[in-house]
Amino acid sequence: MSAQQATLPQAEHPQDALLRTERIPHIWCAGCGIGIAFGSLMSAITKSEIPRDDFAVVSGIGCTGRLAGYIHLDSFHTTHGRAIAFATGLKLARPQGKVIVASGDGDLLAIGGNHFIHAARRNMDMTVICVNNFNYGMTGGQLAPSTPYGAKTTTTPQGSPDEPFNFCSLAASCGATYVARWTALHIRRLTTAIAEALNKKGFSFVEVIAPCPTAFGRRNKIRRSLDLLKLYYDNSVVKNHIAPGEATIDFDNNLVVGKFVDVERPTFLDHYAAINRGEVEAWPATGVDASAAGKRKAG
Amino acid sequence: MAGQAVLTGTHFINGDEACAEGALAAGCRFFAGYPITPATEVAERMSQRLPGVGGVFIQMEDEIASMAAILGGSWGGVKSMTSTSGPGFSLMMENIGLGLCTETPCVICNVQRAGPSTGLPTLVGQGDMMQARWGSHGVYEIIAIAPSSPQEMFDFTIKAFNLSEQFRLPVLIMADEVVGHMNERVVIPEADQVQLVERSKPSEGPDTYLPFQPGPDGVAPMATSGEGYYMHITGLTHDEKGYPVMEVWAQEEMTQRLVDKIQGNLDQILDFEAIHLEDAEVAVMAYGISARSARGAVLALRQAGFKVGLLKLNVVWPFPEDYVRELSRRVKAIVVPEINLGQMVLEVERLAQGRCQVKLVPHPGGGIITPARIMEAVKASLEETS
Amino acid sequence: MKFWREPLDVDQIKVTQGVVTVLEERCKGCEFCISYCSRGVLVMSQKFNRKGYHFPEVIEPKLCVNCHFCEVICPEFAIFSQEAPEAANPGASAGQGD
Repeated sequence: MSAQQATLPQAEHPQDALLRTERIPHIWCAGCGIGIAFGSLMSAITKSEIPRDDFAVVSGIGCTGRLAGYIHLDSFHTTHGRAIAFATGLKLARPQGKVIVASGDGDLLAIGGNHFIHAARRNMDMTVICVNNFNYGMTGGQLAPSTPYGAKTTTTPQGSPDEPFNFCSLAASCGATYVARWTALHIRRLTTAIAEALNKKGFSFVEVIAPCPTAFGRRNKIRRSLDLLKLYYDNSVVKNHIAPGEATIDFDNNLVVGKFVDVERPTFLDHYAAINRGEVEAWPATGVDASAAGKRKAG
Repeated sequence: MAGQAVLTGTHFINGDEACAEGALAAGCRFFAGYPITPATEVAERMSQRLPGVGGVFIQMEDEIASMAAILGGSWGGVKSMTSTSGPGFSLMMENIGLGLCTETPCVICNVQRAGPSTGLPTLVGQGDMMQARWGSHGVYEIIAIAPSSPQEMFDFTIKAFNLSEQFRLPVLIMADEVVGHMNERVVIPEADQVQLVERSKPSEGPDTYLPFQPGPDGVAPMATSGEGYYMHITGLTHDEKGYPVMEVWAQEEMTQRLVDKIQGNLDQILDFEAIHLEDAEVAVMAYGISARSARGAVLALRQAGFKVGLLKLNVVWPFPEDYVRELSRRVKAIVVPEINLGQMVLEVERLAQGRCQVKLVPHPGGGIITPARIMEAVKASLEETS
Repeated sequence: MKFWREPLDVDQIKVTQGVVTVLEERCKGCEFCISYCSRGVLVMSQKFNRKGYHFPEVIEPKLCVNCHFCEVICPEFAIFSQEAPEAANPGASAGQGD
């Protein structure tokens, strides 16, 4: 082996170009799926033709929030839930930049839920990657807005009485231009989805179903990450372009993955520019017939 | 839609509008905000004016988002600002802390109303002064300034931007409802007469640049996103490189840096006016709208022959500790009118250490303190200490 | 590689030979690479790295077809494959190695 390796072109991991290698190994647990999603994101960035300097990665708090600290790009590790709001300011100040938000499920859709729906509504031009591991890992495995009904966490020791969000359906209904979901084992399709999302103008959203063996799996008697990875993958069904509302996360053979939304819509900045150039008709476009006022009886 | 950034001329506008004009004159080109009485007019003016000068206004979904967005805007290389009042100010506290920890220049204008809670939305208060100093958790220094007129709303907003750029931190404009809603003459100078300070940029390349390595003035040069520095910015305790370090030494170094850049530059930051204090037996210390009442009271008392002077705080945080300590040695009393039940007066008590009488003229909020009340308090102090 | 019917041009098709590199100190022993290697190239080492984890080692180097799956599934950026240089890979072709 040694003689052979001496002639190999590479001694470094291909992802090292985008890693803050002095900070590796990272803090994520053995078998955590965030690293896989992170790798996919880096692959997609590497494949994209966007200049490296133009990327900015913004994250909030939690396990996935730490991703910003490992990527060798401009990276901002902000407050819990506020990554999208911070990213909004960054994008508006520097519209030529490509802003990526990397967030966990709790960060993005519990404490940060309001920012998520409004950024999607405004079609703020950014790519949001959500690593959904069904619980709050950093604090030891508490209930998240994604925790499956009945699943055990440290704050739902008898099982969760909450019904979870369907993030993809929420993103789509709020106006996201690109919505996809893959499990961490659909690596190549996940990478393709992230690459498509990066190239998409507007609010693009990719959900990654990822194993958390330490906090989530352990409390639900699935200690091995491999088993979680397999549970998610084996119960997944690819249904591209299905109505996002029907893209269920059902662990009984109907964990729907695929690309659900891929549409074009003007972004906030497109609208802002057009409105301020006076190109948009005053509301209401049909005008009001003053002579008709009061003629129609109420009720 | 092209507009004029510096609206040179004499205007009759309210303090909120003057604040917006000050921001534009200072080069602010990004505003993220949320409507709230009595600060809404700042946002309204910015929404009207920013597109014309190549800036962006966005109404966010709440004040938390507004504060986060202006931090993002600042790292995008644009001078950024928000405005709010009590309830919104409370919501902004966590991200003000992020701005302090990540040393992000930006400006927050708090047009104070009476609290707690929803309180008196349309009526004046000065009850957020200690919140301005201590409202975000943890260890830090802050800069807060208090305008007392629409003209000062204009001037001090420029000052706030300059201080934030120079010292890399969020600067608070602690205005109040009366100053914000009062219409007065505001003189806006020629554009070339506006003195501006810009953040210092790194002179080194990406390989050696350390985003939190202070220069000789205690402040680190600041790169902007997109310049190829690939910096990492975090609200975790971090080293000069910006990388998280979960150790006591790193916490000590970082907080010391945050404190030193303010405490080590007090000569450039502190700003107060000493009026008739040379021979004063009683000093009145005031800020914001209460300084207007205090000035009236002091001038009237002087005319009546009383030896009284005014210490008007323009910068309220950091507090002019040395000056107030020295003042307490040579006056019989310091009278502090403020529209709360005693906040900045605590600083005076702390520094006077019993060397002189310290008398609060309180108001719970909802109205101003009249000059007459301040005059009464001064006279009472003179009697009590003679 | 096994075929249900041997292709006519089997002697002309070259299957890429890969070489796997394991960055032992980055590994946390999750076994993803071992489990999902379709060619059975890897096994868990009995050795420990400095952090106390077992890490994968290559037992069947000739079986690697440089599919990179170990590389993309590794959450630790601790393993990668690359194409073997021609000289080190004489006569590697389909049908061999089974």
